[in-house]
Amino acid sequence: MADWFNLLVRFFDDFLVGAMVTLELTAIGLVMGFVLGLGLALSRAYGSKPLRWFATGYIELFRGTPLLVQLFLIYYGLPSLGITLSQSVSAYLALGLNSAAYQAEYLRGAILAIGNTQMTAGRAVGLSRWQTIIHIILPQALRLAIPSWSNEPILLLKSTGVVFLIAVQDLMAKAKRAATQTYNPIGSYLAVAVVYLAMVFALNALLKLLERRARIPGFELAGKKGEI
Amino acid sequence: MANHILTIKNLTKIYGDNVIFEGIDLTVDEGDTIVIIGPSGTGKSTLLRCINLLTKPNGGQIWLDDLEITAADVDEDNVRQHIGMVFQNFLLFNHLTALNNVKLGLVKVKKMDKAAAETKAFQELERVGLSDRAHHYPGQLSGGQQQRVAIARALAMDPRIMLFDEPTSALDPELIGEVLEVMRKLSLAGMTMVVVTHEMGFAREVADRIVFMEKGSIVEQGSPDDLFYRPKFPRTREFLWKITELYGKKEEEA
Amino acid sequence: MDLSRFIQYIASGTAYTLGVTIIALPSGLILGIIFAIIYVYGGKIAARIMNFYSTIMRGIPPIVLLFILYFIMSGSINLTPFWAGSISLGIISSAYQMEIIRGAILSVSGGQMIAALAIGMSRMQAIRYIILPQTLRLAIPPWSNEAAIVIKDSSLVYALGVPEILRRAQLISASTQQPFLAYTTAAFIYFVLVLITNTLLGRLEKRLRIPANP
Repeated sequence: MADWFNLLVRFFDDFLVGAMVTLELTAIGLVMGFVLGLGLALSRAYGSKPLRWFATGYIELFRGTPLLVQLFLIYYGLPSLGITLSQSVSAYLALGLNSAAYQAEYLRGAILAIGNTQMTAGRAVGLSRWQTIIHIILPQALRLAIPSWSNEPILLLKSTGVVFLIAVQDLMAKAKRAATQTYNPIGSYLAVAVVYLAMVFALNALLKLLERRARIPGFELAGKKGEI
Repeated sequence: MANHILTIKNLTKIYGDNVIFEGIDLTVDEGDTIVIIGPSGTGKSTLLRCINLLTKPNGGQIWLDDLEITAADVDEDNVRQHIGMVFQNFLLFNHLTALNNVKLGLVKVKKMDKAAAETKAFQELERVGLSDRAHHYPGQLSGGQQQRVAIARALAMDPRIMLFDEPTSALDPELIGEVLEVMRKLSLAGMTMVVVTHEMGFAREVADRIVFMEKGSIVEQGSPDDLFYRPKFPRTREFLWKITELYGKKEEEA
Repeated sequence: MDLSRFIQYIASGTAYTLGVTIIALPSGLILGIIFAIIYVYGGKIAARIMNFYSTIMRGIPPIVLLFILYFIMSGSINLTPFWAGSISLGIISSAYQMEIIRGAILSVSGGQMIAALAIGMSRMQAIRYIILPQTLRLAIPPWSNEAAIVIKDSSLVYALGVPEILRRAQLISASTQQPFLAYTTAAFIYFVLVLITNTLLGRLEKRLRIPANP
């Protein structure tokens, strides 16, 4: 078991490449999830009834089913409907769509907390609904959401681990290769575990920095940072 | 030692750099009602918490009857069965009804049989006038009612001495009376009590002895008349009459 | 293959999915409670150890941990993938459940412990009769989140070859060339399982709620 370190050294280049892919998956999934999640949150907060229904349905579906199933549905299932996507694109899509559902909830919570009073204030000054949302509500909501939202990048990073099951060459895939080459599965996966931990720590530090920079003094949600 | 229920000798408590109190000597005899008064932050509450060993003193000794409870080998849990404590914030067990709040100690600590415990618990609730609220939860009771349940809970353990830590400070004014009334009756019935409070009316009427503490030591102690009319120190007179202005007048107007 | 047999085949994997969950979730809970009590009441060194455990177990992706624990277990003891996978998921979940319960314990006011000690209870008695009953009520909402996660994470044992819902969907999609239908069915079954769990736990929370006047 202790030879994980040797394995780490031996396959370092490989693992590094895999880690880069993992980070790429995380980044793309996060950004996609944010854009879509914001749209969903706004739909639920300010949209018409059908839009609200759609958003709620989407969120319930994607949070109520496993990421792995969503991944398989996209990669293996869509082709039979005529949509064939590569492994990487399927992975990005699955991660992005999945993350959107979770991010939507964090963002919606913050939007609701800012809520009606700010909307009233904005309208009273003569801004349109949309203008108030963009210039008054969102700037505050986004900063307020950061403590609870910062759970998401880390969760996303960890959840990328399953994409190797559709042969995306991420860190887990490299671990599997090392395991088959060395007949030492425990050592190989332990070695990657260490790499994942390193990435999580680094990401955490980055997020804490973001949190500190973005904080509005005296204005915080009963923030649930660190709760997963 | 001898026949005091409670003996405190040279008690000292220090938190970091702060001396909370130092060199406290106090005795309490059976049936006494001692009221401790003084400005906030002079360690009165801390003193009370040292008596039932919730807080450990840094120096000095405490005896409950003949047992030195500050000794190293003492069973603290056992000692606390014999010292009842009522807190400013009631601290009722939120998940239990009033009856079960009173009953729990009897069943789990005194190992009483459940039926007997239930009977006794009802009696104690009766004593504080709340037997009709036995099956209510703390969240369904007013502050005054909660505090009375807390008193019943402490009394149920048949303690040698009852400690009250500012029992009415967290109550709305109109609810203070019902709690003080329960305490007054308790005192008249012969319970040994040490009460930390600002309620001067209560102190004057009910206390056998008033202890004035300031800046971590006992300035003086004596009967209510002694302290109110013949205080030895000007500081005592200052404090008493100022507080009476604040709190005592209410009693006269009532 | 007609539709009902198709669905039946996938649905029969539900037994395995439920099996994994029924082993993982309660074992995670028991461990989580014990660890949380140690974390909160066990003193500084114990707290540091528990914190370390929590950081490691929650910082590594579940799939990686699953593989590590699985290979360790199937190497030393002769366990089937089902059992090794279930126990592994239980161990993984215990770290998250520990944090949930710890958070709930800390929300129960410190005054409750003081009041319990004041009537002569020992610390252990106070934890058992006063703190934990209140803790478990507070913990239900975040815990039902974790329950849903364990149900979803049970799909990871697919990688160990356990014939649960996802594996079955894959097998039948290969033989019938109906992957979209197969995986949609799988997704639907998971959705229903999560929905039922959330509903039941929501009811439990209502039942256990301590009455209070607003």
